[in-house]
Amino acid sequence: MALLTCSDLSLGYEGKPILEHISFEVNAGDYLCIVGENGSGKSTLMKTLLGLLRPLRGKVLTGDGLHQNEIGYLPQQTVIQRDFPASVFEIVLSGCQGRQGLRPFYTKADKDLAWKNIRRMEIEPLARRCYRELSGGQQQRVLLARALCATRKLLLLDEPVAGLDPKVTAEMYQLISDLNRKDGITVVMISHDLEAALRYATHILHIGARIYCGPVAGYLKSETGARWLAEGGMEA
Amino acid sequence: MTLLQTYLQQPFVQRALLVGILVALCASLLGVTLVLRRFSFIGDGLSHVAFGAMAIAAVVGLTNDMLLIIPVTVLCAILLLVAGQNAKIKGDAAVAMISVGALAIGYLLMNLFPPHGNSNVSGDVCTTLFGGTSILTLKPLEVWISIALSVVVVAFFVLFYHKIFAVTFDESFAAATGANTRLYNLMIAVIIAVVIVLAMKLVGSLLISALVVFPALSAMRLFKSFRAVSICAACISVLCAVTGILFSAVLSTPVGSTIVAANILVFAIFTLAGVLRAR
Repeated sequence: MALLTCSDLSLGYEGKPILEHISFEVNAGDYLCIVGENGSGKSTLMKTLLGLLRPLRGKVLTGDGLHQNEIGYLPQQTVIQRDFPASVFEIVLSGCQGRQGLRPFYTKADKDLAWKNIRRMEIEPLARRCYRELSGGQQQRVLLARALCATRKLLLLDEPVAGLDPKVTAEMYQLISDLNRKDGITVVMISHDLEAALRYATHILHIGARIYCGPVAGYLKSETGARWLAEGGMEA
Repeated sequence: MTLLQTYLQQPFVQRALLVGILVALCASLLGVTLVLRRFSFIGDGLSHVAFGAMAIAAVVGLTNDMLLIIPVTVLCAILLLVAGQNAKIKGDAAVAMISVGALAIGYLLMNLFPPHGNSNVSGDVCTTLFGGTSILTLKPLEVWISIALSVVVVAFFVLFYHKIFAVTFDESFAAATGANTRLYNLMIAVIIAVVIVLAMKLVGSLLISALVVFPALSAMRLFKSFRAVSICAACISVLCAVTGILFSAVLSTPVGSTIVAANILVFAIFTLAGVLRAR
């Protein structure tokens, strides 16, 4: 069974649908990029996959031994976080919170996991630094390390390179690609950057007026993909 | 110095010190998460709600007005903090609306139906806002209630420290990865409401807002981790409460305002230190 299965999903807020009749699967090892126009419902879809929003119709099923609380999530930054006094280690460790239940304190295993992911993201020298003093790319690495504390299987990334300069963007893509290929972590990413999506992803989900879901190769041949590429994607 | 010693031997000063320290401690601990969530003004808002409820209780003639004040304030806190994220009117606007509305209705009711044996309406309002001298006239029962409440708040803060951090820093991440954020927000809201109601009775609503925002903001000038900010805010708050109460006893200034003045001074010093260190 697939990690995530969506069958005939309709999404929206307050009963008003934004996106209707979406069906797709995410299998273990996939790297799925969700593309589409602004306002087409990419973030809404991601919130629904995370269980933050209830679908108007249809269901999101988790399978293959994945529990709803084992999905790692890299959200877009909020205003609150920009001046939040917190050390990198505190933030990464908070990725373990979902498994805590009512247990008040973190265990040694949780802390070890946090350190492991800090090293994995190569931010060990920053561990005691304050989050708000880091550069955009460093902050994304911190949030990625936190997401890795929450999951071993599936990462959901909401525009992970938004606001990063080209060099850091390339590093970030490489990092995510490595997690997918070397560590076997399934990746679902919202992206504005069609070129990078085509280069790194194995599958594309295009949402909007036309919907495509399938392997990258098929997307280029599809009418949706061809038209999107001809229009230059999202000016990307 | 001898004057201070005489004061310290007075039971009412000792009680004031104890309660002042406890209230300051609770308010500053909760203040860190409130300030970071952009709810700095909730202390003010909820104390006005409590004032409105108190007015209704007085008009209806309830002998124990806490029975009305606490549920009403808790309800408003839940409305603001738990339901607030999805509400149409958000954050600061919602706080302002509830705060001003409750204050106006309360004052109106007190004027329309003056409670028996107390015609000094503006005096009452003033006491609610500034605490008057009530912290110096505490009864032993009130001291015990403050002690019990503070134990609950501090225990909650310690046991739920990591959850408070997770929910404050990134609520959607916490919810997505399986934390029961609604429950934690609900608990935070209830505790804040209860602390504010009791503290308002003791020290007035002006002071309670100041105790919520100042220590947290001062600590954030200098410290860079959530833990350090929390601990530092608690220390600043207690220190200012003690100095404020002692100064006001010696100089016969209003207690609440003196404590706030001490907090402003600390804030100024910390801001300066923060600027100097950044250079």
